[in-house]
Amino acid sequence: MSSVYTDKSGPYIHAPVSVQKTMTTVLLALAPATLFDAWMFGWPAIFLFAITVATCVGLEALCLAIAGKPMRPSLVDGSVVLTGWLLAMSLPPWAPWWVAVIASIFAVCLAKHLFGGLGQNVFNPAMVGRVAVLVSFPVQMTAWVAPHPLFAPGSPGIVEALFITFGHGFNLDTMSAASALGFIKTELSRHVPVSQSIGQIPTLMDMLVGRRPGSFGETSALLILGGGLFLLAKRIISWHIPVAMMGTLFVLGTGFSHLDPDRFTDGIFQMTSGATFIGAFFIATDYVTSPTSKRGQLVYGFGCGLLTWVIRTFAGYPEGVAFAVLLMNALTPIVDQYTRPRAFGRTRKGEPLPIRGDK
Amino acid sequence: MKLFPVRGGIHPEYRKDRTSECAVVAMPMPRILYLPLQQHIGAPAEPVVQEGDLVKKGQLLARGQGVVSAPTHAPTSGRIGAIDRVTAPHPSGLPQLTIVLEADGRDEWGELAAPIADPFAAEPADIKARVAASGIVGLGGATFPSAVKLNLGTQHKLQILLLNGAECEPYLTCDDRVMREYAGEVIDGARIMAHALGTPRIVVGIESNKPQALEAMTKAASAFGNIAVVGVPVQYPMGSERHLCQAITGLETPARKLTADLGVVVHNVATARAVHHAVRFGRPLISRVVTVTGGAMADGRNVEVAIGTMVSELVAFCGGLREAPRRIVSGGPMMGAPLPSLEVPVVKGTSGVLALTAAETNDAPAGPCIRCGSCVTICPCGLSPVEMAPFIRKDNFEAAAGLGVMDCVSCGSCSYVCPSHIPLVHYFNYAKGSLNAADRDRRQQERIKTLAEAHNLRLEKAAEAKRQAAAAKKAQTESQATTP
Amino acid sequence: MFDLGPVYQSVGSLAAMGAALGAMLGAAAKFLAVEENPLELELAGLLPGSQCGQCGFVGCNQYAAALAKNEAPVTACAPGGKDVAEKLAKKLGVTADLSDHEDKGPRRAVIDEDLCIGCLRCVQECSTDAIVGAPKQMHTVLADNCHGCAKCFKVCPTEAIAMCKVPVTLGTWHWHKPAPALLH
Repeated sequence: MSSVYTDKSGPYIHAPVSVQKTMTTVLLALAPATLFDAWMFGWPAIFLFAITVATCVGLEALCLAIAGKPMRPSLVDGSVVLTGWLLAMSLPPWAPWWVAVIASIFAVCLAKHLFGGLGQNVFNPAMVGRVAVLVSFPVQMTAWVAPHPLFAPGSPGIVEALFITFGHGFNLDTMSAASALGFIKTELSRHVPVSQSIGQIPTLMDMLVGRRPGSFGETSALLILGGGLFLLAKRIISWHIPVAMMGTLFVLGTGFSHLDPDRFTDGIFQMTSGATFIGAFFIATDYVTSPTSKRGQLVYGFGCGLLTWVIRTFAGYPEGVAFAVLLMNALTPIVDQYTRPRAFGRTRKGEPLPIRGDK
Repeated sequence: MKLFPVRGGIHPEYRKDRTSECAVVAMPMPRILYLPLQQHIGAPAEPVVQEGDLVKKGQLLARGQGVVSAPTHAPTSGRIGAIDRVTAPHPSGLPQLTIVLEADGRDEWGELAAPIADPFAAEPADIKARVAASGIVGLGGATFPSAVKLNLGTQHKLQILLLNGAECEPYLTCDDRVMREYAGEVIDGARIMAHALGTPRIVVGIESNKPQALEAMTKAASAFGNIAVVGVPVQYPMGSERHLCQAITGLETPARKLTADLGVVVHNVATARAVHHAVRFGRPLISRVVTVTGGAMADGRNVEVAIGTMVSELVAFCGGLREAPRRIVSGGPMMGAPLPSLEVPVVKGTSGVLALTAAETNDAPAGPCIRCGSCVTICPCGLSPVEMAPFIRKDNFEAAAGLGVMDCVSCGSCSYVCPSHIPLVHYFNYAKGSLNAADRDRRQQERIKTLAEAHNLRLEKAAEAKRQAAAAKKAQTESQATTP
Repeated sequence: MFDLGPVYQSVGSLAAMGAALGAMLGAAAKFLAVEENPLELELAGLLPGSQCGQCGFVGCNQYAAALAKNEAPVTACAPGGKDVAEKLAKKLGVTADLSDHEDKGPRRAVIDEDLCIGCLRCVQECSTDAIVGAPKQMHTVLADNCHGCAKCFKVCPTEAIAMCKVPVTLGTWHWHKPAPALLH
C-alpha cells in the first residue's frame, strides 16, 4: 500500500552536513601546520608524509575488499586520509619508510578494521599505530632532527632525501637532536634540575613558532592552535575536551612546579611542548573514541590531561599524549554510560519529575 | 517577560519567505468533498446521514462517539454521494470510511447554532459544549478534540492558557498569516477559552522571526490586561507544547504527565480562531488555512480551503507542480506525514502541503555512525539517539525502552543533524510502534486468559449444578419409593 | 626402583573420596529428587488455556510439559502469537526465532452469514465464549474476544467459518524497520 513517497519516515529536510565535509574541514585545519613543517624538515619529511597517507589509503581499500564492503564511500569521505595524516604528524619527520608502513598497518588494519571499520573502533587508530612502532622501534621513533628548512643550505636535496626515507636513513649520532620534553627527562635522570635544563631548550617563542626538533605535530604549536580554534569556530569540535585536557595539564604543571621547581616543569611548558595542542584539538577530540555527552567529554579531557602529565613526569617516556589518549579510550564506554544526559521531565535516575504545586 | 532556556534543538533553514508575505486567499469550493470520519485523535465519528441525503452548509454529518471524539460538518451545501472507503491522508496508504459530498454550487448555510451573546457570562460547560458540537480539534496538527482539552480546567487548577503561535516548522506560514490578518479573532477566541478553562492569564508565544505577527497580536491584546504576547527564541522545536511551556514558565512537564499538571494548557492560535467562530457565530469547523509550498510547486500560497478538498485540487489551485516532487508532505517537513499521493483529502490537521524536491530533502544513503554526538547534544528530550538506534537495529526494543525511546517526541532534530544521514527518527518510530503493538498483544492475551478461565468456570458450575440436580432428583425418587 | 607406597596411598585415598562423594550424590538424586517440575506449571500459566490443539499437543498442559523438557519450539502456539512466544522464550532462557511469525500471524474467526445455519455447535466449542448466537439465529464472532484457536472452525457443519488474517488498520499501523544502511 505504500508508494515511493511513503518509503521513509520524516524528517524530510536535512542539515548540509556530511562525514566528508567534517573530515575535509579537519584536514583544512591541519593544513597550515603541515605545510609549515614540510618546509621546516624538507624533502624527507614530505616523502614520509606521502608514504604514510598512501599506505593508509591502500590498506583501507584492501581491508574493505576483504570484508566485501563498498569501497568508494569510505575512501571518498576522507576518514582514512585523516587517520594517515595524524599518524604521519606523530612520526619523526626523517623516519624510515618501513616505520610508516608498519604504523599504518597497526592503525588501519588492526585498530580500525578488525574492530568493525569506521565508527566501531574502541581505540584511536593513529595513536595505536604510533604507540605500536614507538614500543617496537624506540630508536627510530625518538630520532628527532633539528629543523632543516627546504632549500636552505645543508638541507638534503630530493635525491638525498629519497635515500634518507627509503634507504639507509640519516646518521643518528651526528644529526639527531632531542625534543624539549626528551631533553628535560634525560637531564632529570642525570640529576640536572629542571630550573637549569629549561634554559637550554628552545625558548617559548621558538616552541610556539616551531623552530625546534620534534614530530610534525609537536612543532609549530601556534599553527596547530590556530587550526584547533578554526575547528571550534566551525563547530566541528566543542570546547569541552581541549579545555579540560589543557586546563588539567596547566593546573597540574603550575601547581607542582610551585611546590618543587627543580623537579616539575611549569604549566606553560606543559601546554606548549610536545603534542599537547595537537593532542587536545585533533587527537583526543576524535569522535569515535571519545564520549558523546558534554559532561562525559569534560571527564575524558580531564583524564587525558592527568594521564599525560603523570606519564610525562613520572613514567619512562618523555611524551605521554598518545598513551594517555589510548588509556582514556578504554574508559570511554563507561564514561558514556555514567554521563548520559538527564531526560526531559525525568530525574537523573529516570523517574518522572515530581509535580510541584497543587493540582 | 522573563523567558527560560530550552535545551537542545536545531536551527534549520526556515525557507518561509516564499509564503510569509502571501495573504490568505480563499479557494473556490470544489465540486466534490471527501470528509473522513476520523480526522482527530480518539474514536471515529459516526455518520448521521445516508447516501442521497441533501445537506446544507454547516450541517452535522457525523456525530462524535464517546468522550474523546469530534463531529464532522458539511463544508458546503449539496448531496451525499456515498459513504465509501477513500485513501486516507496517512503514510500507510490505507483507506478509511469517508463521506463523499457532491456540492450543489449554492453554498447555502443551514440552520446554525445560536451565537452565544456574552461568552464571558456564559457557563464554562456551555462553551465547552459549543466547542465540542462544532467539531473543533487542535489545528496545530495534533488534532486532539479541543473540548476535551478545555475540560482540563475541572481536573486541574490552571494558571495560564498558553497560545501556541510558535510555528517552528520550516516552510509553514499559515499560523503567521492567521495572526497577522485575524489577530482580533484569535485573541477573542483565546479569551473565550480562558473563560471556559478558568485560567486567569493568557500568554501568546510567537517565535521572534515573526515580527509582524508579534505586532498585530500585541495590538489586539493591548485592550485586555491579562494577555501577554511574548516573542520566544527561534529554535526548533519551540512549538512542542512541553518545550514552549518550559520557555514561558521555566517548568519541565514531568514524564507521562500533561502541561495541565503544571497549571498550563496549550492551544494553537488557529484553534482559538475556530472557537471564536463557533461561539460568536455558531459556525462549525469547516475550513482551515493551509500553506502550500515547496520547491516542486510552481507557486507558494496560504489558502483558506474547505475541509475535504482533494489535495490534488488544492495544488492545482496554487498553480500546480512545476516538477515531479521527491516527497509530498502533510504538515511541516520535520514532523509532517508523507502523503501516498495527491489523491487524498485535506483534513482538519493539514497545516501544510509541501511538494519537496530532491535537493530540498537532501537525502543521502545512510553511512555508519561516527559517534560524533551531535544527536545527543541537540536532542530536546535529553535522550541518547546514538545509543538507542543500534539496539533498535537489532530489534532489541526492551533495551531501547530502557534508554527512554518512549519519551521521544519524534521531533526529527537528531535525524536532521546526523552527518551520516542515519534515519534515527525512523528507527524510533519503528521502535515505538513495535512496543505499542507488543503492549496491545499483551493486553489482548490477558483478556483472552480471563475469558478462557471464565468459560471453564461457567462449564464447571453448569456441570456441578447438573450433578446436584441429578442427586436431588435421585434422593427424591428414593424417598418416594420408600414412602408408601 | 622407587617406593610405590605413597603412590598406592594417594591413589587409594582419592579413589575412596571419589567413591564416597559419588555415592552421596547418587543417594541425593534418588531421595531428594524434585517430584514435579515447577517450570511446567509456570509455562502452562503463560499459555491461553483454550486447549485448541493447534500446537500439535492435546492440550495446553501437554504443550507446557513438552516445553519444559525442551521437546517443543516456543513458537508453536498460534493463538498466543508473538507475545506468548516471547514470554515462553524468556521463561526458558532461549531465543525465539520469530522471523516467520508474520506469515503465520494471528487469525480471527469470521462467520459467513450466508452459510450459517444457526446450529450452536461453534458457540459451545468456543473456549472464550466469543461467539454469540441463539438456535436458528445468525451466529457472530466478537472479534476482540477471539484469539484464533480454530476450535469453532473444526466443528462447523457447513464450513461457514473462515480463519482470517487480522487486517492492519489506521490505528494499528506503524512504521516498518528502516532499510539496512550502506555499511562502510
